[in-house]
Amino acid sequence: MIVRGGERVLVQGITGRQGTFWTERMQAYGTRVVGGVSPKRAGIEHCGVPVFASAREAMGGIGFDVSVLFIPPLGVKAAAIDAIEAGGPRLVVLTEHVPVQDVMEVLAAARANGAAVAGPNTAGLVTPGECFVGFMPAFEADIFRPGRVGVVSRSGSLGTLVCLNLVQAGLGESAFVGIGGDPIIGTTTRDAVAALDADERTDAVVVVGEIGGAMEEDAAEYIRGMAKPVVAFIAGGASPPGKKMGHAGAIVMGDKGSYASKRRALEAVGVEVLDTPSGVGPAIGAALG
Amino acid sequence: MNFEEHAAKPLLRAAGIATPRGCLARSGAEARAAAAELGVPVVVKAQVPAGKRGKAGGIRTADGAAAAGEAAEAILGMDIAGHRVESVLVEERAAIAAEYYAAVLNDPVSKGPLVMFSPEGGMDIEEVAVSKPGRVRRAPVDISRGLDADSARALLDGFGPELDDAAVAEVLVALYQAYRGNDAELLEINPLARLDDGRLVALDCKLVLDDSAIKRREALAGAGSPEPATELETRAQALDLKYIELDGDIGVIANGAGLTMTTMDVITDQGGKPANFLEIGGESYTKARPALELLLDNPRVKCLVVNFCGAFARTDVMTGGVLDAWEALSPDLPVFFSVHGTGATEARAMLLERLGMTPYPTMDEAIAAAVAAARAAGGAT
Repeated sequence: MIVRGGERVLVQGITGRQGTFWTERMQAYGTRVVGGVSPKRAGIEHCGVPVFASAREAMGGIGFDVSVLFIPPLGVKAAAIDAIEAGGPRLVVLTEHVPVQDVMEVLAAARANGAAVAGPNTAGLVTPGECFVGFMPAFEADIFRPGRVGVVSRSGSLGTLVCLNLVQAGLGESAFVGIGGDPIIGTTTRDAVAALDADERTDAVVVVGEIGGAMEEDAAEYIRGMAKPVVAFIAGGASPPGKKMGHAGAIVMGDKGSYASKRRALEAVGVEVLDTPSGVGPAIGAALG
Repeated sequence: MNFEEHAAKPLLRAAGIATPRGCLARSGAEARAAAAELGVPVVVKAQVPAGKRGKAGGIRTADGAAAAGEAAEAILGMDIAGHRVESVLVEERAAIAAEYYAAVLNDPVSKGPLVMFSPEGGMDIEEVAVSKPGRVRRAPVDISRGLDADSARALLDGFGPELDDAAVAEVLVALYQAYRGNDAELLEINPLARLDDGRLVALDCKLVLDDSAIKRREALAGAGSPEPATELETRAQALDLKYIELDGDIGVIANGAGLTMTTMDVITDQGGKPANFLEIGGESYTKARPALELLLDNPRVKCLVVNFCGAFARTDVMTGGVLDAWEALSPDLPVFFSVHGTGATEARAMLLERLGMTPYPTMDEAIAAAVAAARAAGGAT
């Protein structure tokens, strides 16, 4: 789940307030937005690109490599399945509060059609200097700078802070992969780490995790066999159990999803786990020599 | 959202799964009347949205109306897992031949529904899974196909002739349909009892509704049990803000769940104690002003950390909201800012102009200053 410059991006919900705001920013940064979808305003041109009634029509009209959804929660299922059945290979679902059973239906459709989904509840993807998809502050030069470090994050805001710390340490990013804060998501921590492991522009990986679920533990099994150095920060060590900490997926139930379990699993496979995100830059710097 | 047993069982009945006859009672007198009406030995069960009610003494048997009234009076007002018992369910007592476990839940591993069954019902399923792992079956379901009778039957295979039973498979299919039709995160029957006369009856039911689906399940959600909330948490919910009150003295306001948790982590790491979790990321980034007003109404707060790292949430908009509230309320509290990301240049200019303040270069430095200020103010920190 990495997006590079030149790939064709479709924006579903392009005529909405946020869709418009972020489409303009993506375009200004260099993202190749080729079209949008808005069932009610099909046929017009918006942000300088044609607007289609559906992703299926957009695929027939212009084609796309990635679709990004600025769609309200209860509309996500239909919009995502439209893009998947149109043959869209990659989807970025930004929306928070999508009903989980809708997410499961979308992911089942993606599996059946060979599509990959980032999110829901992700802030998006960035390749510094080339393009971004979603609502990441890629255009902030003190946060995103081309480099050799791949970043995987469940949180947009914390992922942004980690990227800031990397740049402050004199480093830059090969790709930022926001995977989302929901309990059930398409691209998992493990999937994103594997993508960065296979990416020839990436020399080291930062895993930005948080309490809840078992994705960091699952990723640790993959990291065991990796040659590239991996460091991690896990948010939520000071959070009380039994409460959803802002993200639907960030909850500790009994001993499930605990900070200690994730830290133990990552350290067992040689990952340096930092106590504060400001330690990430120096740790990666040291690992890369 | 969690549900009490009496509010969950109607979902089973609507799906065609039998439950015992029963009646909700809010007093000893009502319980007596309910038991008299049923005319059979009963069970009196505390209604709280929590498990392990039996171990807490919240479930009692009674052989007549008078005994049911006494049992209800003993249970009402109890505290079970932090919930005060306000009502009891008075149900006919069944003659049980066997107890099973059945559930359908959202499974993050298979990213779909998971059906679970065990012939060892009536116990904590987590404990059964540890002590008798072979007695707990789990089957991921392809949500695009659903659960059919044959797959349900396969889940029972090997548990002996007693469970080579189409009726149990039918219950599983009905349970799956109730889970799908109501946006359940978990729908569980424990125990599913086989009575002496062969009938299958759900003696207990646990429902967790997906919070993200409440908007399209309003009628159902109205019967649910919202999490107990403090006064400030209730105010925050009305504003659609994610606020969790903690017992420390350093107020926290940040954007995004991950960054807010991290702010709490670093405060704790530096020897301080956060007073709350409050995030104004996502669509809430325009609500900085009411968010700050809320924080300042917590009397324990001795200083504030404002930590913004904007992506979707624009730091200029959030900082403007904080400044509006600050100017309106003129709080006599030290405040420590760290501001980065979308809109940060404008936000820093605003802070300098309106508050004469420059944000700390890093979150760690802002937090270190806040921890020192909380100490100086005599905080528990």
